[in-house]
Order: sequence, then C-alpha cells, then structure tokens
Amino acid sequence: METPTNTDRKGKKKSFVVFDSVQKTYDGESLVVKNFNLDMDQGEFITLLGPSGSGKTTCLMMMAGFEVPTHGQILLDGVPITRLPPHKRGIGMVFQNYALFPHMTVAENLAFPLQVRNMNKSDVTAKVKRALSMVRLDNFGDRRPAQLSGGQQQRVAVARALVFEPELVLMDEPLGALDKNLREEMQFEIKHIHDQLGVSMIYVTHDQSEALTMSDRIAVFDDGIVQQLASPEALYEAPENAFVASFIGENNAFVGDVLELSEQEASVKLPTGQVVRALPVNVSGKGQKSTLSLRPERVVINPEPGTQPNILDAVVHEVIYMGDHLRTRFSVAGNDNFIVKTPNSFGVSRHKAGDKITVGWNVSDCRALDA
Amino acid sequence: MKKSFRKSALTAAVMLGTLGVVSAAQAQQPLNVVSWGGAYTMSQEEAYSKPWTEKTGQRIVNIDRSATGLAGLRAQVEAGNVTWDLVDMLPADAKIACAEGLIEILDHDELLSPAPDGTPASQDFVPGALDECFVATIVYSNIVAFNTEMFPADKQPSKIADIFDLENYPGMRSLQRRPINNLEWALLADGVPHDEVYEMLTTEAGLERAFAKLDTIKDNTIWWSEGAQPPQLLADKEVAFASAYNGRIFDAQVNENQPFEIIWDGQVFELDGWVVPRGKMDVAKDFLRFSTDTERNAAQASYISYGPARMSAAGLVGQHIPTGIEMTPHMPTYEPNFATALPKDDEFWADYQDELNERFDAWLAN
Amino acid sequence: MSVSMPGSQTNPESGVVGSGGATAPLLAADGRPLKVSLRRAMFKNKARALLLVSPLLIFLFVAFVMPIFSMLTRSVESNEVITLLPNTAMAVQAWDGEGLPDELTFAALAGDLKQGQIDRNLGRVASRLNYEYSGMRSTITGTARRITNLENPESWKETLIDINSNWADTGVWRVIKRESSGYTLSYYLAAMDMRYDEEGKIVRQPETRRVYVDLMIKTLWMSILITFMCFILGYPVAFLLASLPLSTSNLLMMMVLLPFWTSLLVRTTSWIAILQSQGVLNNILVAIGVVDDNNRLQLIYNQIGTIVAMTHILLPFMILPLYSVMKSISPSYMRAARSMGATGYTAFRRVYFPQTLPGIGAGAILVFILAIGYYITPALVGGESGRFITNFIAYHMQVSLNWGLAAAIASILLGAVIMLYLLYNRIVGSDNLKLG
Repeated sequence: METPTNTDRKGKKKSFVVFDSVQKTYDGESLVVKNFNLDMDQGEFITLLGPSGSGKTTCLMMMAGFEVPTHGQILLDGVPITRLPPHKRGIGMVFQNYALFPHMTVAENLAFPLQVRNMNKSDVTAKVKRALSMVRLDNFGDRRPAQLSGGQQQRVAVARALVFEPELVLMDEPLGALDKNLREEMQFEIKHIHDQLGVSMIYVTHDQSEALTMSDRIAVFDDGIVQQLASPEALYEAPENAFVASFIGENNAFVGDVLELSEQEASVKLPTGQVVRALPVNVSGKGQKSTLSLRPERVVINPEPGTQPNILDAVVHEVIYMGDHLRTRFSVAGNDNFIVKTPNSFGVSRHKAGDKITVGWNVSDCRALDA
Repeated sequence: MKKSFRKSALTAAVMLGTLGVVSAAQAQQPLNVVSWGGAYTMSQEEAYSKPWTEKTGQRIVNIDRSATGLAGLRAQVEAGNVTWDLVDMLPADAKIACAEGLIEILDHDELLSPAPDGTPASQDFVPGALDECFVATIVYSNIVAFNTEMFPADKQPSKIADIFDLENYPGMRSLQRRPINNLEWALLADGVPHDEVYEMLTTEAGLERAFAKLDTIKDNTIWWSEGAQPPQLLADKEVAFASAYNGRIFDAQVNENQPFEIIWDGQVFELDGWVVPRGKMDVAKDFLRFSTDTERNAAQASYISYGPARMSAAGLVGQHIPTGIEMTPHMPTYEPNFATALPKDDEFWADYQDELNERFDAWLAN
Repeated sequence: MSVSMPGSQTNPESGVVGSGGATAPLLAADGRPLKVSLRRAMFKNKARALLLVSPLLIFLFVAFVMPIFSMLTRSVESNEVITLLPNTAMAVQAWDGEGLPDELTFAALAGDLKQGQIDRNLGRVASRLNYEYSGMRSTITGTARRITNLENPESWKETLIDINSNWADTGVWRVIKRESSGYTLSYYLAAMDMRYDEEGKIVRQPETRRVYVDLMIKTLWMSILITFMCFILGYPVAFLLASLPLSTSNLLMMMVLLPFWTSLLVRTTSWIAILQSQGVLNNILVAIGVVDDNNRLQLIYNQIGTIVAMTHILLPFMILPLYSVMKSISPSYMRAARSMGATGYTAFRRVYFPQTLPGIGAGAILVFILAIGYYITPALVGGESGRFITNFIAYHMQVSLNWGLAAAIASILLGAVIMLYLLYNRIVGSDNLKLG
C-alpha cells in the first residue's frame, strides 16, 4: 500500500481511494461482495460494471458510507473511513433517480450542501450560480425539479454533487432513466465535467457502452467478484476470462479441449472435430476445457486458402443490413450464432441465406480463456 | 364444494320454511311497541306481551326508543311514515305531542276496561294518570340511592339533605345531567317546604338558591345521562350516591344482590304510560285495552318495583315473581316511602325546561 | 344520440394543427370548422364521463347537499307564528310595539287559538314561542283550552288577560310580532349566547345562561389538542411502518388497524374500565405506591378522558395517510442529504420532514374534522368538562327538539371548519394534501 503523499507527475495523489479486501454480507450466509480490492488514483474515472446483483452498487454504498463492510477496509486519501458516517466523508453522490428534493427549488437543492456546511449567504449564491451555469441551466434556479425534463434533472443532480467541491464523486446508474439519445449526450457531458474539474469519479452502471465511453478504468463485476479491472481498450481487446469476453462487446465463443499448449499458441479441439489455433490467455494445461473468444469484426470471409491460420466452413443463416456495416449470422463448427461484421464498403459481396463459404481468423485474435 | 352446496340448500330450505310461517302470520301484523328498554321493557314483556301473544297470536316487537320518543314521533309524522303503533312516554312529553297533534286523543271510558268492581276507568286511575292523549300504567320515582359499603354501618345516610352533606357523607355523587329533580332536591335539602318548591323555582331568587345549593357538591358530582349508568357507577364504587329511577336500583338489589339502599325521602314521583301515534288507533286499541286492565296492571308490579297506576290494582300487588320478594315495601307508593314524596310538576317543566336547561348547562360549564 | 358525424375526420393530428392556426379557421374533412368537430367529439366523452359519475352525483345531492341546505334553512326558518296564528301575525303588524295591541289583534289571536285547538296544531307554535319566552307554552295551550267554548265576549283583550296575565306583557307581543316574518335570527343569536332583550335589541345572554360560545371554543381547542396528540403519537409509528421490512410492518399495521375492527362503544367502555378511579390504571398506581388509595386520580369523566379515548380512536386516521406518504418517499433523499454533509437530524428536518407535510396535513384535517364531529365518546367518558358542542347538537336534536337551534349551532360549526380549512389552504395549499 502506498502512502498518501505519493503523487504522480501532474501532482495527483496516488492511491486516493483504496478498497482493501472488502467483504460484505447482509444475511450472514452469502457474500454479496466477496473480495474487493481497488487502488484508485486521484482524478481517475473508474466504472463499476456488471449485471444487476453483482455487488457493484453495494461497493458504491460502502464507499458513500450507507453500508458498512463486513470485513476489510476502505481508505480515502490515506485515511480509513470504514466507520465514518456519510456526512463526514465529503463525497459527492448522484443517485439513480437523482433524489432531487422535490420540495425545494433547483437553486435551493444546490444550496443545500453549502448551507449544511454553514457557508455564508453570498458565497452560497455565487457558488450556486456558477454550478448552474456549469450545467447550462442558468435560468432554471427558481423551478421545482418536477418542472424540469429528465435530462435537466440529471444535470441538476450532477451540479448538486459537485457544488461543494468534493474530491470524489460517486454516481449510481445516473443515466438509467434517460432515453438513448439523451443518455449519450449526457455521457459526454459528464466526461467533459470530469476532465474539466479533474475530480475523481466512481461510476456504477450495467451499460457496457456507457462504461467504455467514459471510463479510465473499468472494474467488471460478477457474482461479487471483480472479474477484470482494466482500461476499456484492454477489456475489449484482451479480456482475461470468458465472462468479461462475453459481457463486454459482441463475442463468438467456442468451447473445446486443449490439445497442445505453448507460450504463444494453444490448439483447441472443438466437439465437432476441428482444431482451432488460439492465443493462450487463461488456460492451465493440456486436456483442460477452454472457451475460445473471437470478436465478430476480426473474422475474414472467404479467405484465400493459406492466408489465415484458422479456416473453417460456414453456412450463412441470415444477413442483416445495418447501414454502415453488414451483420451476418453463420453456422460454424456447431455454433449456430456465429456473427461476423463486415464494413459496408465498396465491393463487399453480400451473401444469401444458405450460401456455403469459409471464414478465417488470426491466432492472436482468438483468445483461449477459461471454460 | 359439495359441502357448501348442501349448506346453501339447507339455508334455502330454512328460509322457505320461515317464509311459510311469515305468510301464515301475515293476517296479523306484529305490533311495534316503543319503550325504555332494560328491566322496564322486560316487565312489560312478561306482564303484557307474552299473555297477549298467547291469547291472540299477534307478535309484539319491542323498540327501545322512548328516551328520544318525542323526537322520533315528530320525525315520523313529519315524514308521513309512522311505523310505531304504541309508545311509552312521560306525561310531559305526551302533553307536547298532544298539542302538536302527533298522537291520538283518548276517550278513556270507551277505550279502557272498567275495574273488576265495575268502576269506570276514568274513576279508577290515580290523579293525573289520565290526560287528553295519555293513559298512565305505572307510578315511578326519581330517588337517590347509595352503596351501603361506602359508609360505616352506624352512619348510613337517610335523608335527601344528606347528599349535600359532604362532611358527614364524603364521596362522589352522581346526578342526572339535567335540571329536573336536581333543582327540587336542592331546595328540599335547603329546607323549602314541599308545596313551595315549584313556586320558588319560578323566581330568580329561588333559582339562585337552588343553584347555590348544588354548587356545594358540584366538584364532587359525576353527571349521568343514561338510566343504566347510576347502578353501574354505584356498583363500581365510583360514587357513593347516585340519583336513579327506583326500578333500576330495585333490579340491582334483587337480581345482582348489590348492597344498595334507596333514600325515599324527597322522592320525586311521576307517571309513565301509553300514547297512540296519530292514525294508529285501530291497530293499537285492543292491546291498549288489554295492557291497561287491572289484572295486567297489577301483574307488571310483580316484575319491577313501579306502582300500578290503577287504584284497583294496588291491592293485588304480590310477590316479585323471579325471587319471591314481597313487592309492596319497594313501591314508591308504599305509605312509609311516600310520606315526603314530591309530585313532579309537568306544567312547570313544560314551560321552563328550555330556559332552565340552558341555565343548567351554563352553570355546569362555569 | 349522434354527436360525431359519420365521416367527420377529427383525428388528433388535425386537432393539434387547428389550435395553432389562429387566422383562418381550419376545416375538417367534412367542411365543418375543426374546433366545432373537436368539441363534438369531446362532448361524447364528457357525456359518457358524466353518465358514469351520475349515480354518485345524485347520491351526493340527496345525501349531502340537500341535508346541508335543509339544515341551513331550518336555522333561520320561523314559520310557526305565520302559519299557525295567521290572523294574529297579520293584525299585530299594525301595532307600534308600545303598550298593548288593540282589541282587533286580541280577537284575531282568540280566533287563531280556537282554530288551533280544533286542528290540534298549537303545540308547535307554543314550543317555538317558549324558546323565546319561558311560560308561553302553558300560556298558549292553557288559554286555547279555556276559550274553546267561549263565544264573542265583550272584550277579548280583557278576557284573555284575565285567563293568563302574560297577555298583558308587552314583551310577549313583541316576540309574537318579531316571529311573524317567517324568518328569524334568534337561533343564531342563541347559538352565540345572545338574545333579544325586552325592547327587542340584541344583547348578550346573562352570564348564567352563556353556554355555547365557550363550548365551541373549547371544542375547537380540544380537537386541535387531540389532533396534535395523534400527530405526536402517530408520526413515529408511521415512520416505523414505512421503514420496516414488509413482514414486520404488516404485523404492526394490523395492530394499528385493530381498533377499526372493534365497535366504538366497546373501545370507549374499555377506556372506562382502564381509567376510572377503581380502574386498572389507578389500581396499578396504588399498588406500586405512586398514588395514595384515598387520592386516586380522576382520569375519566373529564377532559383527560375525552382526550385519551378520542386520541386512541382517531389515531389510525393520522397514521394511515402519514404511512402512505412516507412509503412513497424514497430512502435515497435521506442518503442524498447525508452524502451532501447533513447530519441525520438536519437531513430529517430539512429533507424528510418537509416531504411528509402533505401526509401530516391530510391526517390532521381528517382527525380534526372527525374529532370536532364526535359526540358519543365525549358523552360517555367526557363527564362535564370533556363535553363537546356536538353533544349539544345531539341534545337539541333528540331531547329538547329545538331543531332550529341545533341547525344554527351545526351551521356555525360547519362555517368554522370551512374557515379553518381555507386558512389551512392559504398557509399550506390544498395541493399539499395527500391521502394516499
């Protein structure tokens, strides 16, 4: 564990937030969070991503102080805060349904965190004004939350979490209630604010595209365990296990037995008899089961024989026209849901259902993972 | 499923059976008789209704509404839908109902049976028992009773003045929440002779004197409004004294063995009896005649300690049927009990109760 | 009933366009102005809605509006003199109010009384005048009885005065003249502890007869106190109900609702058993030595009894609206407030409590209005000091039969409740009222 004085080149503190072997159980029988470790730098944007019930929100609530860890420690800026009540933590938070106080105006909502800090009136007014203009709601101070649209309420919630200048802001699925267009717009807006203010953010979502667009690092949760904690790129390009591969992005999966295993390559025999050459990532030895993961855009259609290390026969089931690309569903080696994405560029041939062709891919694009 | 079917079939059969009975009795509508409820209605049931049903087959339906009988009569007559056939009420209410035309005028000699010796009805009732629209059945009394266990055996109260004597007879009192009786008792206890009580109550000085006397026990008084309350309060020892209708106290004495004693001194007696709602003469007159004859009148006194209103019935009063107690000493009209009795002046109260009720309420509130 | 023409194209799109175009009225496909078509289409919907609620409207009209109207009418109506003593009412108009009326008026009165005796309807006018002037009941009925068989004496004036000296009282005649108009203020005056004096001026009742004003104030005050007690006791319970897990809160809710399933009289009398001086509570207090056996606490038949019993009876009416409002307040509000630096107390005071105000308002109004209208419980356990004005309304309805006075008191009570509601509405706003 690093000391709080440790800073990087930009003067940002290292190990700003630390979760150390945190466990949580509600009923004393099953662990909701099994063993959570996180080391977050100041200014980082970390997303906790996972299906519902995976423990990500519980971790956020422990950070905020609404839940107490059953075991382990949480440190903020080097100080253990595990037993500190929420109002003494100084952490901003945006809630799933915004939790804007319905009986207060927008300006009163924003003033609330400042007033409970006994800030004098003129400072409060000035800060509220600045916060409103930050989220481009300068003329909305006198409205009640109910008189705002969903996107405006969202922006008020963000402004309220930031107005008292916390160093850490938690967001619990803040965009879940918005429609798709607004959600994308807000993603950029939040990201923009994050870059501008340099505030650290822990963000909870179950929406992978949201996580990929916004985060510096993503912790993928499943079953109370962090499956992988990495940058969006690493998660997509180099998933470390079958869950991450299937959860992040689209994925063609084969399950087979490992025949050969070396540092650079693993040969996996599929149940239909074909042998696929793949990059060994998470396989322990010969004879083991392994899941092969292959991104749909890395597949080559009708490769010249010999140009690809893996070439398999495929039958076209359907072709879906997506505008910028074509999405074709094949049957390959017993997998009836083998997807291939091809850019809709000049000269790309279109297939019809029933066509018999071949598909191929590189060893490095096909990752041999755990079963 | 099967069970519930059988059950409903049974219900249907029972209902059909009931319908059969009802249609058989259709020829004779039941008679709706309004009375005071409790022990009093029971005594009427035993003395009048049961023999009547036995004799004629007609059913009697008891309705306990006499406490608000005048209001009920007025509402029914105003709505043009009179469902009561015979009503038991106080003569003061009967006077008002009569003047308002809510009840029938009675020709006593024609409607009521003569005494066994042939004396016509108009000669056979105690004074005041027969009014234009009213025929009394009983003489009852407003008395003050006490729980003997609340006082030492050698110091039991005996006079009406004792309820105003907190020094010698400490404890809570319970009086009816109305000026009637209480004002009379206050003056009697203050030494006013019986025949001057009502005259004095028409003057401001007399009223002040009565209220001043009541002032002396105001803080020690619980005011009751339902006839069932005083025996209960006495039994619970919530109060030492309680004013009550004498029949209620008798009932508690003999049926519940309560250690109650009646102070007959200063009893204010009045009558109670039948009136016939407007338009009900034809349906009510046979039962009216039956229930007011000498034999029935005397029989009622075997169930409750109210004196018969017919003079020819007085000699026939015997024993309390359920317990075998001799009834005569429990009657308000029994000579030793009656010596200092005060008759209630209905005329006075008809004229002054509106004003005195208000004054009484104001006195209570201050 | 054909309201929407076949082929009239009033689809929603064209309706929206029509409301925008202000200059030239847009026409629907059949050539009618769009607004007319829209109105026709809407009419059918409205008619259907009206038809659906009409049973309730009729019921409300018969069971609510008409009785209130009838009550208001009764509180000012005074037609006894004008209908039952019609000739007297007419003749007395000529009298100037000084001394005594002339022989003609006396003769008219004699005629009216004779007729009334035959029609047997003098009781109502006798009762009515007796409210204004004690002794009038026997004066009228007695006089009528005495003159039934009297034919044209020399002077009706002397004859009547001879029969009853009240007829020589100027005050009696002033009352008759005043009550000849068909309407009267005297019920309202009586309800406000005022009266007409001998000269017909409005004055306060003598102190010995002032009842209603103080009682009305006391009723309001005690109802407010009961409402406040319900709030103090009910708020934490509702909070617990709303925050406990469902299985536990259901059990608690049953206990809250239990009083609803018990008869009012049973509940009231069980309070008597508990609170009376030989009752359970006093026995316990004596047994543990807090209270001396000879100085048992008087907890019933006074204000304490009324307040305790009524608070118990009305408590669910406070808890239920509070509960339903609290249930709808997401716990994230409190968390949000805490995350922003508010202590638990501040978060409660500034964030949670204000959001429960609609529930408090609804519960308070419910309890207050129910409390002000209760009369059985105060009558049974209130003794003298715990009595409500409603007990007097019941008394005048059922016992004294002075329905006009009962109506006047009830109208004033209704007015007071409406005023309080308007005041509440002004301060809190009726949109801040949430019953569930």
